[in-house]
Amino acid sequence: MALNIIVLAKQVPDTRNVGPDAMTPEGTINRAALPAVFNPEDLNALEQALRLKDQFPGSTISVVTMGLPKSAEVVRESLFRGADAGYVVTDRCLGGADTLATSYTLSQAIRKIGKFDIILGGRQAIDGDTAQVGPQIAEKLGLTQVTYAEEILSLDEKARKVVIKRHIDGGVETVEAPLPLVVTVNGSAAPCRPRNAKRVMKYKNASVPAERPAEKAEAMAALVAAKPYLNINQWGAADIDADLNQVGKAGSPTNVKEVKNIVFKAKESRVMTGSDADIEGLMVELLNEKIIG
Amino acid sequence: MANFYNENPELKYHLNNPMMQRIVELKERGFEDKDKYDEAPVDFEDAMDSYDRVLDIVGEISADIIGQNAAGVDEEGPHCENGRVRYASGTQKNVDAMVAAGMNGMTMPRKYNGLNFPMVPYVMAAELVATADAGFSNIWSLQDCIETLYEFANDDQRSRFIPRVCAGESMSMDLTEPDAGSDLQRVMLKATQLEDGSWVLNGCKRFITNGDADIHLVLARSEEGTKDGRGLSMFIYDKRQGGVDVRRIENKLGIHGSPTCELVYKNAKAELCGDRKLGLIKYVMSLMNGARLGIAAQSVGLSQAAYNEGLAYAKDRAQFGKTIINFPAVYDMLALMKAKLDAGRSLFYQCARYVDVYKALEDIERSRKLTPEERKECKTFSKLADAFTPLAKGMNSEYCNQNAYDCIQIHGGSGFMLEYACQRIYRDARITSIYEGTTQLQTVAAIRYVTSGFYSNVLNEYLQESVAPEFAGLKDRAKAMVEKYEQAVAKVNEAANEEMHDFLARRLYEMAADCIMSLLIIKDASNRPDLFAKSANVYVRFAESEIEKHFNYISKFDASLLPNFRQVETAAE
Repeated sequence: MALNIIVLAKQVPDTRNVGPDAMTPEGTINRAALPAVFNPEDLNALEQALRLKDQFPGSTISVVTMGLPKSAEVVRESLFRGADAGYVVTDRCLGGADTLATSYTLSQAIRKIGKFDIILGGRQAIDGDTAQVGPQIAEKLGLTQVTYAEEILSLDEKARKVVIKRHIDGGVETVEAPLPLVVTVNGSAAPCRPRNAKRVMKYKNASVPAERPAEKAEAMAALVAAKPYLNINQWGAADIDADLNQVGKAGSPTNVKEVKNIVFKAKESRVMTGSDADIEGLMVELLNEKIIG
Repeated sequence: MANFYNENPELKYHLNNPMMQRIVELKERGFEDKDKYDEAPVDFEDAMDSYDRVLDIVGEISADIIGQNAAGVDEEGPHCENGRVRYASGTQKNVDAMVAAGMNGMTMPRKYNGLNFPMVPYVMAAELVATADAGFSNIWSLQDCIETLYEFANDDQRSRFIPRVCAGESMSMDLTEPDAGSDLQRVMLKATQLEDGSWVLNGCKRFITNGDADIHLVLARSEEGTKDGRGLSMFIYDKRQGGVDVRRIENKLGIHGSPTCELVYKNAKAELCGDRKLGLIKYVMSLMNGARLGIAAQSVGLSQAAYNEGLAYAKDRAQFGKTIINFPAVYDMLALMKAKLDAGRSLFYQCARYVDVYKALEDIERSRKLTPEERKECKTFSKLADAFTPLAKGMNSEYCNQNAYDCIQIHGGSGFMLEYACQRIYRDARITSIYEGTTQLQTVAAIRYVTSGFYSNVLNEYLQESVAPEFAGLKDRAKAMVEKYEQAVAKVNEAANEEMHDFLARRLYEMAADCIMSLLIIKDASNRPDLFAKSANVYVRFAESEIEKHFNYISKFDASLLPNFRQVETAAE
């Protein structure tokens, strides 16, 4: 059985390597100082998709992202690792979206793609850390959702069921769910495989039309005509039949009132000696508080 | 997300050498594959861009996966179970990552599912892997045995074996035996031809790197009753056929990740590769040249690793109120490490480019006749490659040992503890000047180019090239070094004493290499002073003192002194 797999991916500022200039004086993210990267948990999700494709040859993986045209980079990175097609949903009116507007937009894109058996995404993006988009998409599409997944243990093609190991506090849980469904994948899942040399050489010039510089547009159009796989689909709000009141800023009830820089301070401090008794006391306390264990 | 490739702009510099234009042109043959394969380049820039991107992948895997697994692999090592090798768990992860990334059969033609890469980007990948883990680099780099199979096997064998290697199956070269180490003419493994024409192998091999590989190239005695190299042929053994078991894995000082096996052949079915009797004299020579380039890559990678570790520690460690990198005694060591690394690497890539030109031409010759100009070019570069390979292997293997030693020295007492990576680098480096021909044997391979004046001609050609004015002073010093080298060669040649010639060979060999590396690093500095000016200044001064040392020794030497050195009455049996 060949599966239709959709992977949701996001290009995010690399908040893992934050330098002193990461924030502007106004308290917003200084995007110029932070390189844009593939959201790490989306890579974990892509790996689960690739494993399904390994297991069910003939399956196709479509990567969907919303963002600026340059976010096509996450689609290319996915193609380099084994994905088959990509969709970049990009439009001025989509800017400023909160999780509600984002999940609406992405669910419209998924409806437009139409065929899918399983939709995978990272648990959350490192820029917003909300973990809301995946579940909201499931709700909007009326699908079952399994969150915090660590591994898709098996997929039964005839019964149309999957068994998934998910990460829970203090352990793991194994659940069974029907296809089609939405799965959000945890960072503790297997890391994504590396880029493949041949695929990098094949897809390195893949792009969405909006990325192509004007002076190269004609040459690129000819190249894409000869090699259609170099085209990454670019969709605007109209292409996904979006209600403009539900996308971007207009569709986002969330408003940022203020951004503060928080410096953590110790509420109280205690002085301990290096004596055996003090060390033992500290250890017992940490164990009791379940800080270590 | 570290990346050993992107972090070292020196590598991009060497990749983008002007000679690549010719190399790519020869390797891609008018870009004839561009409409047949999606991944094939359409022009020179496209090809170079692809090499760069693929090396970026290797740099990332090396830093994030192979490097991270190195300490665990060193500790765990491989195991021998029921005649088979089980890799350390980290090794298997490394293999899986490199296979997923499609980094096998890199130099093979696309029709066999290879990447059709020249040697330069391939050996650069090998260097990156070795920087992360020299032990693993053996397993991965043995893929270049496929070069020999490609060159000498028949079409049927090529189409059966090469795609398997491109898909990630591993290789080994089974040469050494208990009584045949440096002297491979004494190989005794017996190849017997059966009535149906097929061959079986019987006997044992020792010190076989990755001896449980999927596909083996085996040197065996096919001509009964012979005793020398002319009775040896090359065979392909396919593990799927069975018949070869691993008796034990050696317990080694270093490169623990690389299983070194003793193999037992019991009526193991094998196929002849190429012609009978040419096993040693032709095929193993080709195999060894490739392997020596591989060890040079490994050595440069280890030198880089030693420098990285030494530098990081010296920047971090404070004594007497400042970090130790500020002490002249420490930065002197680091500067020399970097200079040996940069000069040795320059020699190595120059050698790889020479190999590329002649190999690509030889390959073209398999499908059509070469023009007289091409034949001349092929001959020139083949000779340059032959002359440079023993220098690149020998000098870089010695340098990585010296750098590993200094790396520990910079660490002080901590370096002697097993917690730091420097001790692993030190142990791993030690084999490089031994296997695939000891430095002493590299000298033997190179000495004819000393006495014939070949290196001297190359040096004089290098001296013709202009350099930026700020390096003219260094070049003058290098010119004086070349003169001293030539005087030393003349003195030894004039003595016409074979024993004295052999005795002084190593010194002459080093003088030639010191001169070549000096001129290469001056040229690099002239092109990219931001990257190489410091190393050029440091290296040429170091090389100059080496030349003076050897010159002084040789000019005061004569054959009557030899008895002082002999440890037994007769030197030769």
